[in-house]
Amino acid sequence: MSDNNTKNEVLLKVENLKMHFPIYRGVFQRQVGAVHAVDGVSFDVKRGETLGLVGESGCGKSTTGRAILQLYTPTAGNVFFDGTDLVSLKREEMRWMRREMQMIFQDPYASLNPRMTVGEIVAEPLAVHNVATGKEIQERVMHLLNLVGLNAGFAGRYPHEFSGGQRQRIGVARALALQPSFIICDEPISALDVSIQAQVVNLLEELQEQFNLTYLFIAHDLSMVRHISKRVAVMYLGVIMELANRDDLYLEPLHPYTQALLSAVPIPDPVADASRKRVILEGDVPSPVNPPSGCRFRTRCPIADKICAEARPEFREVKSGHFVACHMVS
Amino acid sequence: MSDILLDVKGLETQFKTPEGYVHAVNGVSFNLKEGETLGVVGESGCGKSVTMLSVLRLIASPPGKIVAGEAFFSGTDLLKMSTEEIRHVRGAQMAMIFQDPMTSLNPVLTIGRQLEEPLMLHLGMTKQQAQTRAAELLSMVGIPNAKDRLSDYPHQYSGGMRQRVMIAMALSCNPQILIADEPTTALDVTIQAQIMDLVKRLRNELGMAIIWITHDLGVVAGLAQRVLVMYGGFIIEESTVIDLFANPSHPYTIGLIGSLPRVDGKQQGRLFSIEGQPPVLYQKPQSCPFAPRCKWVMDRCWKENPSLDPISDEHRVACWVDVKTGRSR
Repeated sequence: MSDNNTKNEVLLKVENLKMHFPIYRGVFQRQVGAVHAVDGVSFDVKRGETLGLVGESGCGKSTTGRAILQLYTPTAGNVFFDGTDLVSLKREEMRWMRREMQMIFQDPYASLNPRMTVGEIVAEPLAVHNVATGKEIQERVMHLLNLVGLNAGFAGRYPHEFSGGQRQRIGVARALALQPSFIICDEPISALDVSIQAQVVNLLEELQEQFNLTYLFIAHDLSMVRHISKRVAVMYLGVIMELANRDDLYLEPLHPYTQALLSAVPIPDPVADASRKRVILEGDVPSPVNPPSGCRFRTRCPIADKICAEARPEFREVKSGHFVACHMVS
Repeated sequence: MSDILLDVKGLETQFKTPEGYVHAVNGVSFNLKEGETLGVVGESGCGKSVTMLSVLRLIASPPGKIVAGEAFFSGTDLLKMSTEEIRHVRGAQMAMIFQDPMTSLNPVLTIGRQLEEPLMLHLGMTKQQAQTRAAELLSMVGIPNAKDRLSDYPHQYSGGMRQRVMIAMALSCNPQILIADEPTTALDVTIQAQIMDLVKRLRNELGMAIIWITHDLGVVAGLAQRVLVMYGGFIIEESTVIDLFANPSHPYTIGLIGSLPRVDGKQQGRLFSIEGQPPVLYQKPQSCPFAPRCKWVMDRCWKENPSLDPISDEHRVACWVDVKTGRSR
C-alpha cells in the first residue's frame, strides 16, 4: 500500500445509526417509550486517522462507540468496516471481526477482572481467538507489556497492585493483543490525574505511529481531543451537530452549540482567559426520552428561530469537509 | 483588603490505616485575606481536601488525627475549640460545598427543609422567615420558580441545579469564608461555566473570601487571585495567579502546566509528561517528595526537604533548584 492510498481510504463508515433503548412499564411490561440515545448519526473514519467524538454526558457518544462494535444491536442504520456491513453479520462472523476492532474503556478499575493476573488479562484475547498457544502466548504478553511501558516482570501481579495510569496501560496492552487496526478509546483518560493523562495520551500516539492504528477517540475533554484528533465530531442529544477538520472546528466553529461548548472550556492561562468572549448556555440538556422537535439544540440555542422547532436541520457539508446541522448557518 | 481572615500554621494530619499511618498533610502554612479567592491545586491524594477539612475539623477521628498546627480565625484557634464552639463557626461563618451534590444533599428531605435548617439553627429565624429567605436564596442562585421548587426533593433537580442549591445553602448565613471542594468536577463544561459565572457574581455581591480546591488549572486561572500548589502533603508553590502561570518555578508546577493541551490552540508536539507516580505517604517525606519524578533533581534533593521560601514579593517556592539556571538556589 502506498502512503497516498492509506491516507484517504475509509476504514469505518457509519450510516444513519440509531440506538433506541425501550422503556417498559406496568404489569404487562408494555413499551411506553424509548430513550433516543443515538438518533441518526453518520460519519467516516479514515485509515490511520484519529476521529474525536466529543459531547457532554448523556449525548450518546459512548453508545455510538458500543453500537459500532455491535455490543448493542443498533435500532437502525449500517456500520461498514473495511467494506463489510457489521450489522448484517452473524454472531460468529462478528466475533471474528472483533479481532480487527478493539476498545479501551474509561474506568481502569472496573474494566480489569480483579481475580486475574495482568498476564492472564493480556493473554485472554490471544487464547480466546486461538492466535497463539503455550509458550508463544507468554512471549507475546511480555512483548505487549514492554510495548505499553510496563515491566514484563509484573505479569504475575493483580490489577489492585497498580495505579490508575498503569491499569490503563494494561487495558491498552489487552486491546493491542490481537493486532487490531481500529481501536475505540472510550474516555480513556478521564479517570486519571492530570500528570498521568499526558503519559497515556503520549503512549496512544506513539502506538498509532508504530502500528498505523485508527482511533475513534470518545471524550468530553475538548482540549485533549484537540490535541489528539485529526478530525472532530460534536454530538448533542444523540445527533452530530458539527464535524470538521480539527483546526477548522476549533478556530471557526459554525454551530452555536460548538461555539458555546468551546467558550465554556477553562483555559489554563489567566491572561488569555480574561480576554475571552464567553457564551454561557442557559438551562440543562433536555431528556433523550422526549427530545425537542426539530433541532435538538433549539431549547438552549441563543439564535433559534421558528424553523428550528419545525424541521430537523439537515447534516450538510457547508465547506469542504466541514459538516453542520443548523438552519441558521448559510 | 489585606486583613488576614484565616491564618493556618504548621498543620499536620494523619490517618491510621491497617498498613500504617498515612501522612496526608505534612506541615502546611497559609493565610486567606478578606474577600480574596484562593485556589488550591494538586492531584488526588496531595492533601488539598484534607487540609481544608482539618481546618473545619471535619476529619473523622479515628482514623484521622490532626497532630500539629494552628488555624486562627478572627483571633481564635479553630483547632483548639470545643465541639460546641466549632459548630457555631461551621455553616455560620465558614461554609463548605462538596464535589458531589447528590451525596451531600439528604434525599428524603425537601430542598426547602434543608435550606431552612441552617437559617433557623444559626440565625434563629422562625419557620416563616426561614421559608421566605430560602426562596430568596434559591432565586439568588438562579433557580426559576424558586418558591414552588422548595417543596421538591433533590432527585427532581439536575446536577447543575443541585450544585446551585449547595451554594445557596452554604451562603445562607452570610459566611465570611466559603470553602469549595471541587464543586464543578462532576459537572459538564457548559454547566461548569454556569456555576463559575454564578460564583463570580455572588463574590462581587456578597464579598466573601473563597477557597477553591480543584485539580483543574483552567478553573483556577479563571477564578482565583492567589494559588497554592500542593504535592505529597506539602505546599510546594504559592503565588498570585498571574505570576504562577507566567513564571511557574517548581518543577512540578511546570510539568503540570506543560502536560495540559489547550483548547485555544498553542499546539505543541507531544505533551510534556511527568514520569512516575505520586508518592505513597506511609512515611513523612524527609527529602523533597517530588525528587523521584523531577528532571532537575540534585544530590541535595534526596537529603533535605526544601522549605517554602520567597523568590519574589508574592511568590514562594519549595525547591532547591532554580529551574531557570538549573543550578542550586
